[in-house]
Amino acid sequence: MGLDIRWPIGLMFTLIGVLLTGYGVVKPAGSVSLDININLVWGIVLLVFGVLMLVGAVRGGKNPPPA
Amino acid sequence: MEPIHLHKIDYTILVAYVGFVIGIGWMLARYVKTSSDFLTSARSIPTWVTGLAFISANLGALELVGMAASGAKYGISTAHFYWVGAIPAMIFLAVFMMPFYYGSKARSVPEYLKMRFDERVRALNSIAFAVMTIFASGISMNALAKLLTNLLPWQFDLNAGIAHLGSYDVYLWICSGVVLIYVLKGGLTSAIYTEVLQFFMIVLGFAPVVYLGLKDVGGWHSMNHALQAVATNPAALYLKPAGVTYAPDAWTSAWQPVLAGPAHNPMGVDIFAMVFGLGFVLSFGYWCTNFLVVQRAMAAKNMAAARNTPLVAAVPKMLFPFLVIVPGMIAAALCTLPDKNYRIPPPIVSPAAYARAVDVVKAANPADDTAAVTAVVDALGVKMDAEKINSLVAANAAGKLSDEQIKQGLYNSIAENDYDGVILSLVKKYCPPGLMGLALTALLASFMSGMAGNVTAFNTVFTYDLYQAYFVKGKSDRHYFLTGKVITVVGIVLSIAAAYFASRYNNCMDIIQLVFGFVNAPLFATFLLGMFWKRTTGTGAFLGLFGGIGSSALFHALTIAQGNVPGIKGGYIKVLQVFPSEMAQNFWLATFAFIVCFTLTLVISLATESKKTDEELKGLVYSLTPKIKSDNLPFFLQPGVVGIVLLIACAILNIIFW
Repeated sequence: MGLDIRWPIGLMFTLIGVLLTGYGVVKPAGSVSLDININLVWGIVLLVFGVLMLVGAVRGGKNPPPA
Repeated sequence: MEPIHLHKIDYTILVAYVGFVIGIGWMLARYVKTSSDFLTSARSIPTWVTGLAFISANLGALELVGMAASGAKYGISTAHFYWVGAIPAMIFLAVFMMPFYYGSKARSVPEYLKMRFDERVRALNSIAFAVMTIFASGISMNALAKLLTNLLPWQFDLNAGIAHLGSYDVYLWICSGVVLIYVLKGGLTSAIYTEVLQFFMIVLGFAPVVYLGLKDVGGWHSMNHALQAVATNPAALYLKPAGVTYAPDAWTSAWQPVLAGPAHNPMGVDIFAMVFGLGFVLSFGYWCTNFLVVQRAMAAKNMAAARNTPLVAAVPKMLFPFLVIVPGMIAAALCTLPDKNYRIPPPIVSPAAYARAVDVVKAANPADDTAAVTAVVDALGVKMDAEKINSLVAANAAGKLSDEQIKQGLYNSIAENDYDGVILSLVKKYCPPGLMGLALTALLASFMSGMAGNVTAFNTVFTYDLYQAYFVKGKSDRHYFLTGKVITVVGIVLSIAAAYFASRYNNCMDIIQLVFGFVNAPLFATFLLGMFWKRTTGTGAFLGLFGGIGSSALFHALTIAQGNVPGIKGGYIKVLQVFPSEMAQNFWLATFAFIVCFTLTLVISLATESKKTDEELKGLVYSLTPKIKSDNLPFFLQPGVVGIVLLIACAILNIIFW
C-alpha cells in the first residue's frame, strides 16, 4: 500500500533519538536515574534503530519487492 | 498519587508521536479509494507489518496495565496467558485455520460463518462481536482518560450549557478525536501502520524501565529472593487477607504452585482450569476466532503471508512477559525492601480527603485507638491498616509531625492496592525527564491503538455483515465506502459511551476476561466443529452458539468468587458454586460454555440435515479442501515446521520457569 511504513518509523525514532541524545548530552539537573545517564544511552539506541529503518526504506524504495 | 511533573522534552516527544500518527493517516488517505481499501486494506500488506500489527492489536490497556497488575498480584504464573495461552493458539491459527479464512475470500470472520453455515450464525456472531469491540475500545479509552487526568497538570472544569465537563471528559474526547482522525483518513491500513509504530514505541519505551527496575532491586536473583518474602506473607503488601500464606516459590515458579492446587497459588486456579479453560478454550477462542486479530492476518498480501502473520507475531509475543509482567514482579519485590521506600499505589484519594484525614490524626487521642482509626477511614473512604494508623497517631503525639509527613504516613497505611497503577508508578520512579516522555508516549500509544484496532474491526463487521447483509443490499461500492466512514464515527461515539460505563469498575482485566468468556469461549467450539467436521449444520451451529453464550451468562449468574458480593461479579440469581478466585470462575465459565456449545452443536447437527453440498463447502472445511502446497518455500520456512520450532521454544520457556 503506497507508503513504506519504514519511513514514518525511521523518521520518528531518528527524531526522538536525536532529542533524547541531545538532552542526555546537556544533562539538566535531575535527569540521571540510578547514576545512569539513561537519556544519552537510550537516545543513541533509538537513533541507531531509526537510522536502520531509514536505510531499509531507502534500499526497499530502490528495489521494489516483486508483487 | 501526585501528578507527574512533565518537562518540555516530554511534551515534545508526546506531540511528535501524535503528529506522526495523524500524518500517517493523511499520507495514506490518498491511496484509500474503495470500501475494500478502507475496511480490509485490499489485502496488500507485507508479512512483518501484519505480524507486528497482529500482536499490537491486542497490546492495549489489557496488556500493559493489566499484565503488570497481574505480575504484582500473581507473579510469573501470569505468563501462562502467553506460554500456555497465546502461543499454541497462534500456531494453530497459522497452520490449520488461516487457509480457510484467507482461502475462502471472506472479508470478515462473520462472513466466513455465513459461507460455512448460514445467515443466522453470521448475525449472532457479528452482533456479539460488535458489542464486544465497543466495550474493549471503551475500556482502553477509560484507562487512558483516567491516566491523563491524574498525570497532566491541566485540570478542566467547563460548563458547556447543559453538560458539565471535567478533566476526564476533556481528555477522553480529545484522545478519541485523534483516533477518529487517523482511522477516518487511512482506514484499516492506518490502524495497522499505527499499531506497528506503537509496537516499537512500547518495546523501546518500556525496555529501559524494566532494565532500571531490575537494576534497582539488585538483579533477577535478588528480585526472586525478595518475592519469596512476598509469597510467605502476602498480607504485608495487602495482596491477600491476613493469615494467607504460600510456598516461597509461589510468585517465581510458573507451574509448581498451580500443580499444588488452588489453595497454593495466588491465582486460586487448579491445573485443569489453567490448561483447559485458559490454554485451550479462552486462548484459542480469542486468537483463532476474534476478528480483531484475525483481520490483521487477512490483510496480508497472499496466502503464505497470511499464514506466516501469526508465526511472525509469536516470536516477540513469547518474550513479552519480560516486558509486561516482570515490571509487576519488580513492584512487588520493591515493597519488601524498606530502603526503596516503595509501595504498590493505593486507590487515588482526593487531596481534600487527605487534608481532612491529616486533621483527624492531629486531633486524635493516642489513648483511644479505635476512634482514631474509624475517623480516618471515614475521612479517606478506603480500607486502612489500623496498626499503622495507631503508630502514626502515637508518633504525632510524641513529637509534632509535619502535614506532609502525616500525609505520607496515611498514604502508606492504606490497606488497598490499585494494581492498575503499578506500571505508572514504576515509570514515575525510574524515568528522568526525556525517558519519561518516551514511556508515557508508549502508554498513550497502546491505549489509542487499542481503540483504533477495535473500531476498525467494528466498522468492517458492521458495514459488511450487518449493514450490507441485512439493511441496504446491492448499492455501489462508493455507498459502502461512505457507510464505513460513518460507522467509524458511530463506533467512536459508542466507545466513548462504553468508556463512561467502564469508569465505574476497577480492574479492567477481569471485566475483559468475563466478556471474552461470554462471547468467545463457545465460539471456538463452533469453529472447531465447522472447520473439521463437514456434517456440522447451520442449525446446529446457531443453536449451539446461542446455547453457549446463554449458558455462560447463566453460569455467571449462579457462581461467585470467594470474597465477592453477589451482583455484577456473579451469583445474582443464586450462588451454587464458590470459586477460590475470579480468575478460576472465569476459566471455569469458559470451559462450561465451550462444552455446552460443543455438545449442543454436535447433537443438533446429527439431528438436522445439512443444507450445504460438498462442492459448496470446498475451501471451508478441512476434509474437503486440497492441502496447500508450499513447495516454493524451503523446508525450514514451511508453516508447519516453523510452528513446531516455536512450540519447542515455548516449551523450553515453560521448563525454565517451572
